[in-house]
Amino acid sequence: MIRVQREDFDIGLELAKLTKNNHKVGGLTSFVGLVRDIAAPETISSMTLEHYPGMTEKQLEHIESIANQRWNLEASLIIHRYGKLDLGDQIVLVACASAHRGEAFEACHFLIDWLKTKAPFWKLEETASGSKWVEAIDADKDAAHRWSYK
Amino acid sequence: MKLLYFAWIRTNLGVSEESVDVPSEINDVRALLDWLINRDESYKAVFSDLSLIRVAVNQEYVDLDNAITKGDEIAFFPPVTGG
Repeated sequence: MIRVQREDFDIGLELAKLTKNNHKVGGLTSFVGLVRDIAAPETISSMTLEHYPGMTEKQLEHIESIANQRWNLEASLIIHRYGKLDLGDQIVLVACASAHRGEAFEACHFLIDWLKTKAPFWKLEETASGSKWVEAIDADKDAAHRWSYK
Repeated sequence: MKLLYFAWIRTNLGVSEESVDVPSEINDVRALLDWLINRDESYKAVFSDLSLIRVAVNQEYVDLDNAITKGDEIAFFPPVTGG
């Protein structure tokens, strides 16, 4: 399941819903992305996430279906927020449930790596010297490509 | 066709979306970009380095040689930075 929303989410509640009444699940992994204060060399005070409504959902559904083809998952969830976010706010939740931890860990890692290079979101950071669009970094691209050669 | 712009492309052009009627010989993304660049200085500046531009046609990633037709939704944006 995927969700793109302005509102915050409750991790505990989301994880509980994901595995409720499914007793085949033996492992549940999650990744949560947060707004941090450093955008070297400056510090940031807040950020705004822009996205491409329609394409965002399509891309997230596509990435999620690839993960489900590749790993044997009982359930998966991606929640990504947009709009204005403050320091420490939750940006994204990726969670994967499987019979065993190995598949759950790998699928979760794959999803966040691919999401960072494919899902059409853009971060605008507010710093003391004004607002700046975040530039994509090669390390994210490398992290995503790693999965192609598994 | 409907054109959409995101992030710094949107802010630099000062427009988030527009409808354009292009000549019939404009039949792929590259030709559309050339047409836009010749239209106005602001487009010329924004699209001066195409390595910084990603393109989606009808909400799917495409290359510059992808064919386009009249009813398409074509989006231009920088490499994504979500997550």
